[in-house]
Amino acid sequence: MLEVSGLTTTYGAIAALRDASLTVGAGEVVGLIGPNGAGKTTLLGSIAGLLPISAGTITFDGGDITSTAPEKILRSGLALVPEHRRIFADMTVEENLKIGGITTKSSERAQLLDEMADLFPVLRQKWDTPAGYMSGGEAQQLAIARALMSKPKLIMMDEPSLGLAPILVDLVFELLETLRSQGRTIVVVEQNATRMLEVADRAYVLRSGEIVADGTGQELLDRSDLFDTFVGG
Amino acid sequence: MSELLQNLIDGLGRGSIYALLALGVAVVFGIMHLLNFAHGELITIPGYLAYWAFTNDWTWWALAPAIIVSAVLASLVIERIAFSRVRGATDFTMLLTSFGVHFIVAAGFLLYVGAGVKQIERPGWFANTVSLGSLNIEVFDLIVIGATFAVLGATTWLLQRTMFGLALRAAASDFDTARLMGVKSDSVIRGAFALSGFLAGIAGVFWIMREGQVTPSAGINPMLQGVLAALIGGLGSLRGAVLGGFVLGLAEVLLRSWLPVDIQNLTTGFVFVMIALLFIFRPGGLLSVPQVERV
Repeated sequence: MLEVSGLTTTYGAIAALRDASLTVGAGEVVGLIGPNGAGKTTLLGSIAGLLPISAGTITFDGGDITSTAPEKILRSGLALVPEHRRIFADMTVEENLKIGGITTKSSERAQLLDEMADLFPVLRQKWDTPAGYMSGGEAQQLAIARALMSKPKLIMMDEPSLGLAPILVDLVFELLETLRSQGRTIVVVEQNATRMLEVADRAYVLRSGEIVADGTGQELLDRSDLFDTFVGG
Repeated sequence: MSELLQNLIDGLGRGSIYALLALGVAVVFGIMHLLNFAHGELITIPGYLAYWAFTNDWTWWALAPAIIVSAVLASLVIERIAFSRVRGATDFTMLLTSFGVHFIVAAGFLLYVGAGVKQIERPGWFANTVSLGSLNIEVFDLIVIGATFAVLGATTWLLQRTMFGLALRAAASDFDTARLMGVKSDSVIRGAFALSGFLAGIAGVFWIMREGQVTPSAGINPMLQGVLAALIGGLGSLRGAVLGGFVLGLAEVLLRSWLPVDIQNLTTGFVFVMIALLFIFRPGGLLSVPQVERV
């Protein structure tokens, strides 16, 4: 469904990502793990069209989306829940969700709003509250719901559990299971590597801007040479 | 008491025009961080159109819509020709670009129309007043205030209730993330310039009517008042811009009436001192909102 080949992204003279290749099949949950600065966020940002790439190609759902505007990539069915959630703080929960569904018809949008309120009860409670007043866990749920509003074929999440209390981290992983059971295709960047590998069908390990390993969750967990990567070293 | 009321109405009338100008400045600043020093051209250009139309015997009924439409078109054309090329550039580059647009437009009128003052006849009712008890209220002020509140109401509805409005606010809050949601950057930027032009057009109708003339540099004053009001309110805040406009208008009128007669000419100077004091105590303006990342 998603095929990335030879992707290189540079900031000035520094290559944040070098020659990265990966594939994601329909219905898969794929993890991207690795220490800080490994290039995970750069990889997602490059796929989503936020960062200008230096080399490589990206195809999604049969179409070439290399160097395409983010709003077009979203329209092709690929959504990103960005790092730090990036919710619109001075807009209400409902307004944030509506923006998430800006590409859908208004009748469909109304139905999707209902679905999100069912899937995330906490959002229903805060429906008319400016999103900036929400806690980190609530904001994370809003960020995910907002991305789901576009009915993406594939949803990418950048560090959904970052900065959350342990009980809320549990909630995020439960949510991943729920989304998986709905048959969604998901790519998740996680610092919490062991936990991610337990959930993911497959995962890629990044270090210093390169993909250094890939395999099923269990295969990677069994590789002792990657241990320092899993603990964030 | 009645003098104060009189001044308040005068100040509201003056402030209304500033509020419309400031809101237009703030909408564009919010979306692309461009402090538009060419905003006054959206009054100069329709001003010359008004002069041409006046010499061709147009009535104000025909002129007013023409001014508004031409301001919207001018705003869109300037975006297309100049600002679309510096999107994503540094704030300073965009600021200089807007200065460039101002000088080019002013030079164009200077070259092809001339430096002289072009008179535009005010409508017959312009100087009329209505008496309310001891108050003498200018009909012009009443119309300006009424029209401004109607336009502000409509703009609020647009921003709160329509998908375009939501997209505009989202893009103003975080442009990249709005694009990630599918907000089209071209459409939302053009929409912002159209709205900014529309607001300047409404303000322009009243500005041109009040001045009764146009010169190549006619845009400087409305631009300065609009930018100042937006700064007073807090750049980036739309409510702040409107508030800033009214505060500026009221401050001018009240100061002029309170200052002793022999230093009334210094009103503008005193207004600037007050603005300087405001920025010492609230550098971000009246309604500046600190952006805090919550975890």
